[in-house]
Amino acid sequence: MNRIDSLFKQKKQSVLNVYCTAGYPQLNSMVEVLSSLQENGADIIEIGMPYSDPLADGPVIQQSNMVALENGMSIPVLFEQLKNIRSTIHLPIILMGYMNPILQFGLKNFCEAAAAVGVDGVILPDLPMYEFENDYQPLFDEHGLKFIFLVTPETGEERIRKIDSLCSGFLYAVSSSSTTGNNKAIADQSTYFKRLKEMQLNNPILVGFGIKDKETFQSACQYTNGAIIGSAYIKSLEGSTNIQLSTKEFLNNVLT
Amino acid sequence: MTVQQNNFSVDTHGYYGDFGGAFIPEMLYPNVKQLQEQYLQIMSDPSFQESFQQLLKDYVGRPTPLFFAERLSQKHGASIYLKREDLCHTGAHKINNTIGQILLAERLGKKRIIAETGAGQHGVATATVCALKGVECIVYMGEKDIERQAPNVARMKMLGAKVVPAVSGSKTLKDATNEAIRDWINNPVDTHYIIGSVVGPHPYPDMVAKFQSVISEEIKKQLIEKTGSPYPTHVIACVGGGSNAAGAFYHFLDDLSVKLVAVEAAGCGIASGMSAATTQLGKPGILHGSKSLLMQTNDGQVIEPHSISAGLDYPGIGPLHAHLFKSGRGTFMSATDEQALQSAFEISRTEGIIPALETAHAFSVLNDIHFEKTDVVVICLSGRGDKDLDTYMKYL
Repeated sequence: MNRIDSLFKQKKQSVLNVYCTAGYPQLNSMVEVLSSLQENGADIIEIGMPYSDPLADGPVIQQSNMVALENGMSIPVLFEQLKNIRSTIHLPIILMGYMNPILQFGLKNFCEAAAAVGVDGVILPDLPMYEFENDYQPLFDEHGLKFIFLVTPETGEERIRKIDSLCSGFLYAVSSSSTTGNNKAIADQSTYFKRLKEMQLNNPILVGFGIKDKETFQSACQYTNGAIIGSAYIKSLEGSTNIQLSTKEFLNNVLT
Repeated sequence: MTVQQNNFSVDTHGYYGDFGGAFIPEMLYPNVKQLQEQYLQIMSDPSFQESFQQLLKDYVGRPTPLFFAERLSQKHGASIYLKREDLCHTGAHKINNTIGQILLAERLGKKRIIAETGAGQHGVATATVCALKGVECIVYMGEKDIERQAPNVARMKMLGAKVVPAVSGSKTLKDATNEAIRDWINNPVDTHYIIGSVVGPHPYPDMVAKFQSVISEEIKKQLIEKTGSPYPTHVIACVGGGSNAAGAFYHFLDDLSVKLVAVEAAGCGIASGMSAATTQLGKPGILHGSKSLLMQTNDGQVIEPHSISAGLDYPGIGPLHAHLFKSGRGTFMSATDEQALQSAFEISRTEGIIPALETAHAFSVLNDIHFEKTDVVVICLSGRGDKDLDTYMKYL
């Protein structure tokens, strides 16, 4: 069974997905980042594939993308680094990124390589539902890769249900209409989360954007299955000399 | 290459052949969907058209003249006409689109306008229409371009716009566009994004082309008066994103006897590594919400282009133009920085018109095309050169 499905079978509450950028802070820091996340309580790991023009991301993740690209990160390098990852990491792994680098790598090659190293799912925010349905869905299905869609507070019910029917793994509920790392108040969105919960969708729901500490994490988890942290974790790695220690401190602050 | 007739319009999903679409994150969906559903309806509404035509006439100064360039015609052995978009209010064709979009934004009930700008021409044209309508205006401009284009920054500020430096990425037009899109994501309800070129997610390429199509509509009428026929043999325009070219080509797209010549900026030369000739150097890719040709590395990271003219300094090209290139309907040529400069001085001294650096590229290819005596050539003189005087002064 896909690791994302297994996870949600066992754990239905307070699931923590943590985002890191491949090649950040150093080109070769990924294995250490992933194992630190696994040891300190993350449930899912989302690996960002850096891109020169990350439209949906705020300044913190943009900066980490720039640094990672300068460090020499690319999709081929990423797959090379992930080659033996399943000997140490048992958490579900999701790759997040933008369409253009994947198109250049070749979508079929990408799905094959991702499946081969043990990736469980993919988030591509600039691949819209229409294109996914018409051109791309079979490729992800054939390779056992979950395709995770975003919904926002502005997404209407009919569209949420349609997205839910195409989505697999979990539904990524963006906390407010914004780029990543925003400071809009999560607590104000409880009616939106409640509305999602009451829709009784097929997929579990994780909340992302603006989750940064214990308070925002708990607030997001109240009506949903868990939350996603990105910018706040990346910020904690900035200038860190000890990834293990920084990650441990960061996750302790969120979880305990 | 054979060319099929009538296949240069956008389809219902925003595609021109293989190019176009709307590759946007879900956060932008409600705004883009609203535009997709309403732009055609609003634009065809008689009261909208009345306001639009009125402003084009009384505020922009349309129709712009079609000028027979006698000395240039003699030199090249053909009849050469200049479509004087440089005489539009604010000095370039950009305002045709911003007038249309501000009226559209008004009908959509939007209270806040955002825009991106490279050289500042689109920013000035947007700040102008926002001042006219009393609407808040925020213009994103690359930090590097703010330094390079100080007079246009001052114009925007004088018109009441807020100019926000884009400090991400390469700090130029591409990044200003990213920042404008991010602003739109963060302000989903009250904001309209006035894109300045035929780029971006569907319906922008088609919408902007339609607002700019007044250029070719007028060319046709004016040519009948001057030559007895609405059809030239050649239409020549410079292409960055491609809005003046789209407007100048629009009503000739299905008339295959009219040769459509798009001129890209070769920068220091196509093979120099310092160029902006997207059709020559680009591969299919996705940027700013649409699939088109894109200058990029083998890993799919977007390359920062180079051109002496900030308005052509863009790593992509509108999806319509990518389709014209791929289908063979368009002839794509290029001019280097040096050739453009030479043309700018030549046109200034033979026709008494100082063109924008962007426009000067279109004139350069006259030397590379073999004309027949009977040829009727229209060049879109997209903008005036005042903004480029700093550059021109170095060569006086």
